[in-house]
Amino acid sequence: MIEIESVSKSYGGVRVLDDVSLTIPTGGITSLIGANGAGKSTLLSVASRLLPADSGRVRVDGMDVATTPGPVLARRLAVLRQENAMSVRLTVRELVAFGRFPHSGGRLTREDSRQVDEALAWFELGPLADRHLDQLSGGQRQRAYVAMVMCQGTDHVLLDEPLNNLDMRHAVQMMRMLRGMADELERTVVLVVHDVNVASCYSDRIVAMREGQLVAEGPTSELMTPELLRKVFDVEVEVHELAGRRIGVPWS
Amino acid sequence: MTRTTGRRSGAAPALSGQARRRRGVQRWHVAVALGALALAASASLFVGVGDLTPADLLDPDEAQARVLWTSRVPRLLAILLAGSAMAVAGLVMMHLTRNRFVSPQTAGTTEWVGLGIVVATLSFGGTSVLGKMTIGVAFALVGTAFFVWLLQRLVLTDVVVVPLVGILLGGVVSAVTTFLAYRFDLLQSVDVWMNGDFSGVLAGRYELLWLVLAATVVAYLWADRFSVAGMGESFAINLGVPYTRVVMVGLAISSIVTAIIVVSVGSIPFLGLVVPNLVTLAMGDNLRRVLPVTALTGAAFVLVCDVLARTIRYPYEVPVGMIGGVVGGVLFVWLLLRARNRAL
Ligand SMILES: Nc1ncnc2c1ncn2[C@@H]1O[C@H](COP(=O)(O)OP(=O)(O)OP(=O)(O)O)[C@@H](O)[C@H]1O
Ligand SMILES: [Mg+2]
Repeated sequence: MIEIESVSKSYGGVRVLDDVSLTIPTGGITSLIGANGAGKSTLLSVASRLLPADSGRVRVDGMDVATTPGPVLARRLAVLRQENAMSVRLTVRELVAFGRFPHSGGRLTREDSRQVDEALAWFELGPLADRHLDQLSGGQRQRAYVAMVMCQGTDHVLLDEPLNNLDMRHAVQMMRMLRGMADELERTVVLVVHDVNVASCYSDRIVAMREGQLVAEGPTSELMTPELLRKVFDVEVEVHELAGRRIGVPWS
Repeated sequence: MTRTTGRRSGAAPALSGQARRRRGVQRWHVAVALGALALAASASLFVGVGDLTPADLLDPDEAQARVLWTSRVPRLLAILLAGSAMAVAGLVMMHLTRNRFVSPQTAGTTEWVGLGIVVATLSFGGTSVLGKMTIGVAFALVGTAFFVWLLQRLVLTDVVVVPLVGILLGGVVSAVTTFLAYRFDLLQSVDVWMNGDFSGVLAGRYELLWLVLAATVVAYLWADRFSVAGMGESFAINLGVPYTRVVMVGLAISSIVTAIIVVSVGSIPFLGLVVPNLVTLAMGDNLRRVLPVTALTGAAFVLVCDVLARTIRYPYEVPVGMIGGVVGGVLFVWLLLRARNRAL
C-alpha cells in the first residue's frame, strides 16, 4: 500500500503538486493519467523518494519514504523515470543484473542469476544481452530499463510511461506482464500512461490529475467516461463498449 | 505470494551466470596487459647506469645488490603503485562526474596539489614530506570539491567543455603557484616537483606511496557502488545507493591518490585520463570488471614511459612526465576526435 498524505511541491513559486492525498491499495494496477505538465511525473518522483516534497509525506507499507534507509526501501519499491539518459556503457545483462543490487550487493547468487535470465527472457532481450546500451534502439533500451526494474523483485513498482518507444507487440506484452505480476504475485503497480485505452483495458484503478491536483480516482469502469475525460484533457471523447471493454475514441 | 527476496546466505556458487557468460575479449585484455607489464617490469630492473644484468641476479656482488634493493626495486614498485593508482583514480573520477574527459589532470586537482606543495614548503621548509603530503591532500580535496561545485552550477551541455573548465581552473591555480614560487625563489624546485620523475626514488623515500595501494583496494571494494552512481542519481537512489555520499567518497579517493603521487614522484600528464578511456572503450563501464584491468594498464603505461625515459638519451634520463605527456597527448587528441565523430 502506498499512502500519499497532502503532498505539495513548488518550483520557483509555481505549485506543481497542490495538496495531493491518495491511497493506492496493495495489489493491482493503478494508472495515472493527465495532460502534459499535470504533475504525474512529479507525483511519482515524490512517492518514490527521488524528489523531496515541500510538505506532506508518503508511506510505503507504513514506512515513511523520506526516513527509511535507502537499501531497505530499494527491496520494497522500484521506480523508473520517464527519461533515462545513461552515459555509462553497460551491456543489457549487466544493467539488468544491477536490479539485483539491493538484494545481493553486486555478488550475484544463483537465484539472482536465474531472475536476471528470466527478466531478459520476458522482455525478449536474450539476443541483445551482450550488447551495450548505446547500441540499442530506443524501444529496446526502454525494455532493458524496465527489465532491470522488474528484476528488483519489489512489491511496489512505479513506472513513468513504460510504453515509451515500444512497438504494438511489445507494448501489449509489457502490459500483460504487469497484469500477471499484479494478479499472480499481488504486486502493486503504478504507471503513468498517455493512452487512455491502455489505462482502460489493463488497469484496476485510474487516478486522474490536472494542474497539480487530483481530479478523480476510483475503479476504471467508473472513471472511463466522456465527462471525466473532458474534465481531465479538455477533449471530447466518445466512449464505446467494445468486446466488454470501454474504448475512448477522440477522433470524431 | 512473493515477498521481496532477501540476501541469500546459502552457498553461493563462485561462478554466477554472468561470470560464465563473460565475453572472450576480457581474458584477452588481461593477458595482454599482464604480458606487457611483466616484460616492461623486467626490462626496468636492468636499465640504468649501474651495471646489472639478469645473470647477476643469481650471484650479485655487494654493489649490485645495493643498486638492486635501494634503487631499482623501489623504483619499479613506485612505478607500479603510482601508475595503477593514478589510472584508477581517473577511472573513478570520470565515472562519478559522468564525463569521460574529467580526470585529476583535467579537473585542476594536480595543480591544486602543486600549490599545496609550495604553501607547505613556505610554512614547513623544504624537507618535511609529511607536511607536503598533508597540505597537498588538503588542497587536492578543496580543489576537486570546488570544481564539482562549479560543475553543478554551470549548465554545460558539451562534454568537452567540462574538462576545459577544469583545465582553465588548473591554469589559474598554477599561475598562483608560479607567482608564489617566483616571489620566494622556488621556481626551479616547483618545476622539478611537478614533472613526473622516478629517478629520485630510493628505498626510504617512496614508502608513502603504499598508501595509494590501500586507496585503490578501497576503490575496488566500492566498484559496484561507483558503477551505480555513474548511472545517475535516480538509478542510484532507486537501487538504495546513497548517491551523494558515494560520489563524495569516490572523489575524495581520487584526490588523495593524486596528491600522494604528485608529492612523491610528480605528475604524469594524461595518465588518469587516457588509460581509463582506452580500457573502458574496449571493455565497457562495469567498474568491477574494468578496474583491475585499468590498474594493470596504468602500471604498464608508466613502466613503458619510464623505460623509454631512461633509454632515449642513455646514459642520461629525461623525466618520465615528458614522455607520458607526449604519448598521452597524442592518445588524448585521438580520443577527442573520436568523441566528436561519434557525436555527429
Ligand atoms: N525541474 C523543474 N523546474 C521547474 N519546473 C518543473 C521542473 N520539473 C517539472 N516542472 C514543471 O512541473 C509541472 C509538472 O511536471 P511533470 O513532469 O510532473 O508533468 P507530467 O504530468 O509528468 O507531464 P508529461 O505528461 O509531459 O510527462 C510542469 O508544468 C513542469 O513544467
Ligand atoms: Mg511526465
